[in-house]
Amino acid sequence: MGNNQHPLAYDYTVTRLFLYATILFGIIGMTIGVIIAFQLAFPELNYLFGEYGTFSRLRPIHTNGVAFGFTVSGIFATWYYVGQRVLKVSMAESPFLMVVGKLHFAVYILTILLAVVTLFAGITTSKEYAELEWPLDLLVVVFWVLWGVSIFGLIGIRRERTLYISIWYYIAAFLAVAMLFLFNNMEVPTALVSGHGSWYHSVSWYAGTNDALVQWWFGHNAVAFVFTTPIVAMIYYFLPKESGQTVYSYKLSLLSFWGLMFVYLWAGGHHLIYSTVPDWMQTMGSVFSIVLILPSWGSAINMLLTMKGEWNQLQSNPLIKFMVLGSTFYMLSTLEGPIQAIKSVNALAHFTDWIPGHVHDGTLGWVGFMIIAAIYHMTPRLFKRELYSKSLMETQFWLQTIGIVLYFSSMWIAGITQGMMWRATDEFGNLSYSFIDTVVVLHPYYTLRAVGGLLYLTGIFIWAYNIYKTISVGRKLEDKELNVNKSPMSAN
Amino acid sequence: MELGQIQAYAYFFFTAFLVTVLYAYIVHLYRAEKKGTRNYEKYGNLAINDDVSTTPIEQVGVAREPSYKIK
Repeated sequence: MGNNQHPLAYDYTVTRLFLYATILFGIIGMTIGVIIAFQLAFPELNYLFGEYGTFSRLRPIHTNGVAFGFTVSGIFATWYYVGQRVLKVSMAESPFLMVVGKLHFAVYILTILLAVVTLFAGITTSKEYAELEWPLDLLVVVFWVLWGVSIFGLIGIRRERTLYISIWYYIAAFLAVAMLFLFNNMEVPTALVSGHGSWYHSVSWYAGTNDALVQWWFGHNAVAFVFTTPIVAMIYYFLPKESGQTVYSYKLSLLSFWGLMFVYLWAGGHHLIYSTVPDWMQTMGSVFSIVLILPSWGSAINMLLTMKGEWNQLQSNPLIKFMVLGSTFYMLSTLEGPIQAIKSVNALAHFTDWIPGHVHDGTLGWVGFMIIAAIYHMTPRLFKRELYSKSLMETQFWLQTIGIVLYFSSMWIAGITQGMMWRATDEFGNLSYSFIDTVVVLHPYYTLRAVGGLLYLTGIFIWAYNIYKTISVGRKLEDKELNVNKSPMSAN
Repeated sequence: MELGQIQAYAYFFFTAFLVTVLYAYIVHLYRAEKKGTRNYEKYGNLAINDDVSTTPIEQVGVAREPSYKIK
């Protein structure tokens, strides 16, 4: 195929733009995360920057920054890379898709920067993970539709008939988030309807328990279709490619895909156990959460078995380390989540620090590690330069692994202690502890968690530095040096 | 029969139906391979042989020349 003098090449212009965004929002989102972790341990840190530095102002910037900034940029960056490669079609072949890709990036970056500004200003709908007000929601719809045009446009001009499993996961992420986002953000701009209040303010279309139901149907599936399916898409491409091993069982990947699609959408009710939603709905949330172990472990085990006979690579290649530990953390958090969704466990765990502990072994261990590995894998191919330092990658890996362990172990202990103290009663049925008693006891664990977060953040800065040095001074590579599976990296 | 009861039956049978579909899909995957109509495992190579110059496993339409030339 192609002409010998002018061979066709993949065009990574848009991938590179989203790669920069991933690193930028990783730094912003996680720095704020560490600040708020220290604020929880040392409350006087709330008052450093007036209203702009309080926990309540910063927390949505952390969650939006890491989920919709860092993770979603990483998803887009990898889509524009993996999509072209497994469909065997270049963005350069379609000027239309190139314009769509660039516009996608421009609208996205504008939206997320406006999100940071408005959240700092305290403009929020107060719905968790859906804090952005309606004008920004409209912008989200625009860049999401542009992403859809890019996905289906690229599929439309593909050379390879079969869509590789990763493409299915990206499509699922696109469709499900579109549906979830639209339904959960049905909101009424108050000034337009009543003539009162700010023009950008809105209230939810739903009321009371219905609002909670829609919110947690959305909230949990944001985990499913932002933190799970597109990350599974990444590992199904990057782990086989980096290791040179085809996926252990392609059939299992298909089966896990449909299992995940069927089950995940029903699990959100577990966020509302012992609340005012109908009991059968709570039970359904619990049951589907338990069933969810099967498709989740189907993917994770498939990934680990892909390394069968090649485990030596775990020692020699830090990218494999990131991905194998990533899928291990995926197994851990997809077992921990269902355990927390069991009603009797939930009675203890709900509202405690065990929940953010669970979220972070998934996000730091699974999502973070997979995106870090994907960016490391893509950088030499995007810039035709050797990765700057293998030893820095190893240092980063161990710092971050220790950070994650400190984070989730401290939150396990803190959460269970908290739950036990809240429910403890004396012989007459009076509560044994007041709220402040729990705060005093939890202080050392909050400090440990903040230190764990700081270690992880240090790793993020090492990662950014390593990528920056690769792009600026990494050894230039010939095309034939890039036509390999293992990413070229300098040993020093 | 009350509406709630109808909903409960509908829910049960719908779940049973979907479980059947899922198991039928597993059977379909393995049977297709056994009969030799389709080899799913070869698609694992899509991630490994992903250079634009490599031949697709299953070409869409006729092989076409790239319409773009690097300047």
